[in-house]
Amino acid sequence: MAEFTLPKNSKVGTGKSWPAPSGASNTKTFKIYRWNPDDGENPKVDTYVIDLDDCGPMVLDALIKIKNEVDQTLTFRRSCREGICGSCAMNIDGTNTLACTKYIDDAKGDVNIYPLPHMSVVKDLVPDLNNAYAQLASIQPWMKSETPPPPDRERLQTPEERRKLDGLYECILCFSCATSCPSYWWNSDRYLGPAILLQAYRWIVDSRDEHTGERLDALEDPFRLYRCHTIMNCSKTCPKGLNPAQAIAEIKKLLVERQY
Amino acid sequence: MSLRSPLGRVRGLGSAKSGTEHFWAQRVTAVALIPLTLWFVYSILALGSADHATASAWMQSPVNAVLLLLLVVATFHHMQLGLQVVIEDYIHVEGAKIAFLVIVKGASLLLGVAAAFAILKVSFGG
Repeated sequence: MAEFTLPKNSKVGTGKSWPAPSGASNTKTFKIYRWNPDDGENPKVDTYVIDLDDCGPMVLDALIKIKNEVDQTLTFRRSCREGICGSCAMNIDGTNTLACTKYIDDAKGDVNIYPLPHMSVVKDLVPDLNNAYAQLASIQPWMKSETPPPPDRERLQTPEERRKLDGLYECILCFSCATSCPSYWWNSDRYLGPAILLQAYRWIVDSRDEHTGERLDALEDPFRLYRCHTIMNCSKTCPKGLNPAQAIAEIKKLLVERQY
Repeated sequence: MSLRSPLGRVRGLGSAKSGTEHFWAQRVTAVALIPLTLWFVYSILALGSADHATASAWMQSPVNAVLLLLLVVATFHHMQLGLQVVIEDYIHVEGAKIAFLVIVKGASLLLGVAAAFAILKVSFGG
């Protein structure tokens, strides 16, 4: 059955508290999910009070400050700190987003930080993305074409054909959308989820790709594609402002179109 | 526990190459049910507290009988399509899933045929 409550060993308790540094007047409280696979204990939420006058404006700045100056055991992924690598995707203030592009000030009260929902946790804020990456590989996200490219130049597209890729190629595969989707929570073993379906559509509409039909064949499945029930969490949460729900709807339209 | 690779697990049994017909039928029946349900509610309100003879006569009109049959077919077809989605979403034990699907589809067929039979019986003056 679908899991509506956390298993016993995943129930979240209250963890340690780190007070504000003395003399700090402009503080913010961060409540961060902690889980260590090695200590055999349940997850806990640790509380860190940070001096905002001595911290950058983004949530990632605060996380890095905590790791550098308060608690070196805090574990999270980060790399580019400018919203292009997708590493620091996590659930901040109840919404999946990128820690590096989320302003601390956007959170009204305390800043609650959890890993991406309903994924296996490797440690603290680090989710296990092996399944999601295998799903990406399964849709073969590369150009497939029998016609060789012209010997003296790249494959050509008209400006209109190129414009069809706008809103698709910008996806950074942070999986904020997939992990916000209840259908993906219940059926991530078979449902590809919004991130992967947007990637699949990116190759389906690419005028240079010659395997459109095979790509649609591979998606035409009650679970791989049709678990999407247009809940729209994906488009609401996307930190890049993309619209995976629309990409999925376009795939469904193409599948109906080729039947008649 | 399995040592199968993530890609092997994701590819699984492959694409079922179906689902589009289900998706399309669910939309078409949904759209059809908008006018049919409005017509049905309006008709029932218009009949109000009419006696048995008046209600029977209303059902014996060919237009009303045909629209009633369409309403019943669309309703029960739409219902079993929707319940199938709910079962597939939430029940992950293969045996239980198949059993629930058979029960839901069987019950929908039974109720639909019974309703259609009742309409025809009254329409033909049973």
